[in-house]
Amino acid sequence: MATLDSRTISRMMMAPAVFLLLVWMLVPLTMTFYFSFKKFLPLRGGDLGWVGFENYIRFVTSSSFWPSVQATLAIVGGVLLITVFFAILLALLLDQPMWGQGIVRILVIAPFFVMPTVSALVWKNMFMDPVNGLFAHLWKFFGLAPFEWLSQASLLSVTMIVSWQWLPFATLILLTAIQSLDREQLEAAEIDGASTLARFYHIILPHLGQAITIVILIQTIFLLSIFAEIFVTTQGSFGTKTLTYLIFQRVLESQNVGLGSAGGVYAIILANIVAIFLMRIVGKNLDK
Amino acid sequence: MVRTATIQRKIIITAIAWTIGLLIFFPVLWTILTSFKSEAQAIADPPVFLFFDWTLENYSIVQERSDYLRYLWNSVIIAGVSTLLGILVAVPAAWSMAFTPSKRTKDILLWMLSTKMLPAVGVLYPIYLIFIQLNLLDTLIGLIVVLMMINLPIIVWMLYTYFREIPKEILEAARMDGASLQKEILHVLTPMAVPGIASTILLNFILAWNEAFWTLNLTAAKAGPLTAFIASYSSPEGLFYAKLSAASTMAIAPILILGWFSQKQLVRGLTFGAVK
Amino acid sequence: MRKKSALFAAGLLVFAVVGGTFNQSHAATVVTIATVNNGDMIRMQGLTDDFTAKNPDITLEWVTLEENVLRQRVTQDIAAKGGQFDVLTIGTYEVPIWGNNGWLVSLNDLPPDWDVDDLLPAIRNGLTVDGQLYAAPFYGESSMVMFRKDLMAKAGLEMPDAPTWDFIKEAAAAMTDKDNEVYGVCLRGKAGWGENMAFLTATANSFGARWFDEDWKPQFDSREWADTLNFYVDLMNSYGPPGASTNGFNENLSLFQQGKCGMWIDATVAASFVTNQNDSTVTDSVGFALAPDNGLGKRGNWLWAWSLAIPAGSDATDAAKKFISWATSREYTELVASKEGWANVPPGTRKSLYANPAYQEAASFAEMTLNSINAADPTQPTVDPVPYTGVQFVAIPEFAGIATQVGQEFSAALAGQQSVAEALEKAQALTTDEMEAAGY
Repeated sequence: MATLDSRTISRMMMAPAVFLLLVWMLVPLTMTFYFSFKKFLPLRGGDLGWVGFENYIRFVTSSSFWPSVQATLAIVGGVLLITVFFAILLALLLDQPMWGQGIVRILVIAPFFVMPTVSALVWKNMFMDPVNGLFAHLWKFFGLAPFEWLSQASLLSVTMIVSWQWLPFATLILLTAIQSLDREQLEAAEIDGASTLARFYHIILPHLGQAITIVILIQTIFLLSIFAEIFVTTQGSFGTKTLTYLIFQRVLESQNVGLGSAGGVYAIILANIVAIFLMRIVGKNLDK
Repeated sequence: MVRTATIQRKIIITAIAWTIGLLIFFPVLWTILTSFKSEAQAIADPPVFLFFDWTLENYSIVQERSDYLRYLWNSVIIAGVSTLLGILVAVPAAWSMAFTPSKRTKDILLWMLSTKMLPAVGVLYPIYLIFIQLNLLDTLIGLIVVLMMINLPIIVWMLYTYFREIPKEILEAARMDGASLQKEILHVLTPMAVPGIASTILLNFILAWNEAFWTLNLTAAKAGPLTAFIASYSSPEGLFYAKLSAASTMAIAPILILGWFSQKQLVRGLTFGAVK
Repeated sequence: MRKKSALFAAGLLVFAVVGGTFNQSHAATVVTIATVNNGDMIRMQGLTDDFTAKNPDITLEWVTLEENVLRQRVTQDIAAKGGQFDVLTIGTYEVPIWGNNGWLVSLNDLPPDWDVDDLLPAIRNGLTVDGQLYAAPFYGESSMVMFRKDLMAKAGLEMPDAPTWDFIKEAAAAMTDKDNEVYGVCLRGKAGWGENMAFLTATANSFGARWFDEDWKPQFDSREWADTLNFYVDLMNSYGPPGASTNGFNENLSLFQQGKCGMWIDATVAASFVTNQNDSTVTDSVGFALAPDNGLGKRGNWLWAWSLAIPAGSDATDAAKKFISWATSREYTELVASKEGWANVPPGTRKSLYANPAYQEAASFAEMTLNSINAADPTQPTVDPVPYTGVQFVAIPEFAGIATQVGQEFSAALAGQQSVAEALEKAQALTTDEMEAAGY
């Protein structure tokens, strides 16, 4: 009796959150589904009837589709790689005894507080601008021709901007993980004559494993939907058109809601493939 | 010998760490500095770093053009209330997941996170239509609801990982002592849960503050937060670096200051259960 | 710690409660104006005290956004009938399409002293559908050549009033001095239907190219388009500034103001900015000429008017009309003139302005602007006949989406990431595809 009771209570406690998220997910999703089977052009009078799978076919056969999937994966993958790699180094560094550790930590966190729009604007105009940007001045100082970041290395530039924003987040989580490391074990290994690299590889890295998967999971969720950084910097030119941006272009610039909705459904499928893949890993780690 | 070696090491590490810290912080610093320059100095070649005529002119131009306080106000309300509402809904859910887990718990949790992957642009049109029907366009309430829903999965996840750290034995011991449920929650559990809740609030406040898609697309004149404020400075005609910098500084300063003052709480809590 | 977080939470709640009461609606009629963050509009926003003093029962709420964001917001709102705005800032591209859909309120009943007959005919026609004026022009523009007289003199050349493209190339070559960061010619390269495609479509007209033939078949596989794009890419690569493929109107304006461009072919409104002493370092040495041609009878200049319109379904139509007739009136022009000088008044909409001696004297660019506007013909934009109207755009709803994607291909060609032939091939394919989707 008591167990049944506590189970009911527990269900009731979960109900509001579950219910709200169900509504939040299902209602727009159903509508997106509905639109995706319609020829829906608001600028030409709106609903122009059912078209079956035409939008779905049109969306994937468009010449922009595969490049956009590639761009999405390149940006997400690139940012994950950069942030995790540098976050491990930074976390190791910040864990060392030093003067002014608190201030350094404050400096390192700062980018996380900056709105994506602002950071994209600042990077684009004040750093990457090939005439007035700081990088251009720096290049000229060394006698080089200014580099045209956003057109010649557009994917790299966007990846850099986004990485700058997410590096603090990864660093902080990894730093907390490192600080929870068993010091005695490390010291013992040092006395046994293990090299720094060996200690890192055999003790620190395994300990960080779970924190790294969490970083990857949380960041992927946010990175799949980055928009402002691309809208502000390249507007999808030069191969930076991600799937999200392609849908934006279909829905808002071309005002083809049917086609855009079909794209939305594809994006949901892609997100879920990534999600299932990630959750397999994280789900395992959750049990530990 | 050992002592001087460690001090030497500490000096080197301090130098490296400060250099890297300043490099990472530099874009923010440069923006703040530029906001005090005149437009001509902002694009000076070679760039001027500190020795220029400091001026507040850009701030007064920006304030004259757009009522900063109103945008700030909207940002605070939207981010604050959506986070608090999210916490209210999430605490019971996370609590029951942590203390009376069932086979389904993990699935539900992961499903919740997966709703965060819905691409916002894909559902813009439906949400817009719903908002029109419910008269929610350009209202604070509408944005609060949307941002609460967006961040709810993260809030539940974070709280769940904190609550799981609370040893069940304490709960049982309190029950053995004959504490009422109310007392149990008030005196035993709350103190242990508060740090986790505080850092959850902080992180989600920041996320909501910086959200720029919905806040821009669902607002007009009344409910626009700082993300809408910045959209009117992004590339106007003529020289604009200094004014853009001033507007940017105004948009990020409140959250930067809040973040710095509460960074201990934020950092302590920012583990997502990654650290055992 | 506990106290702190509790205090923090309580503080937020108080904010929320106070915020709720704070946002009560006003008693006066509220007119919400969506506008672009261009200099003239920002000036208008600064001068609204004059309007509210005359109309104390009307409150103006401004939504000032960057151009791309504005377009996205306004189009989304009117297409979904969101009704968030009472006055929209839109251009000659949107007005005919939206007017045709019945989405805009006719402005034929503006007061007589607003004087509709004073509007420049080219501009007025562009905003009229079936005899109904659907938007009031705030400022109008064409495009023209702005050049540095000092650099031209140094190069030993003289700019004719109506240059050819060949002369532009010759002059660009002569003025370029990359060591001193002086580039012969600055042109738009940033992708977007209102950015590089406005310039390129207008330029293509002077090369005899067209978007569609009379059966709505895309024409990017024509020799004329290849000539246009090859000329443009070659010109910019040889004599343009670095990063030209990300430069739009604003970027080029700032380059020109800094003295880094020998010539700049762009909107006529820029003339008042480059001659404005506060912002420009080249104030005294700017000359103007008509947009270039290729001897085919069409010049590469466009026609555009940023205009104010009222969406059908606005709940403040009358107040919005009052505002529009204030903002686009001769009196407003005089108000700006009295505060900021004649050179800074919104140009290109009224005949009376160009007949005004005070304006002619203050604005060295007045005559060239008027000639440029008059030289544009939206009904016959290019050499061969076309099924559409619009000089630098095609007035169909699909154009914005298509042209932005085409612009991205052209921008990539300018950046050297693909050849001109590849860019044209892709443009042809995607335009065909989109037109098919739209049911042509």
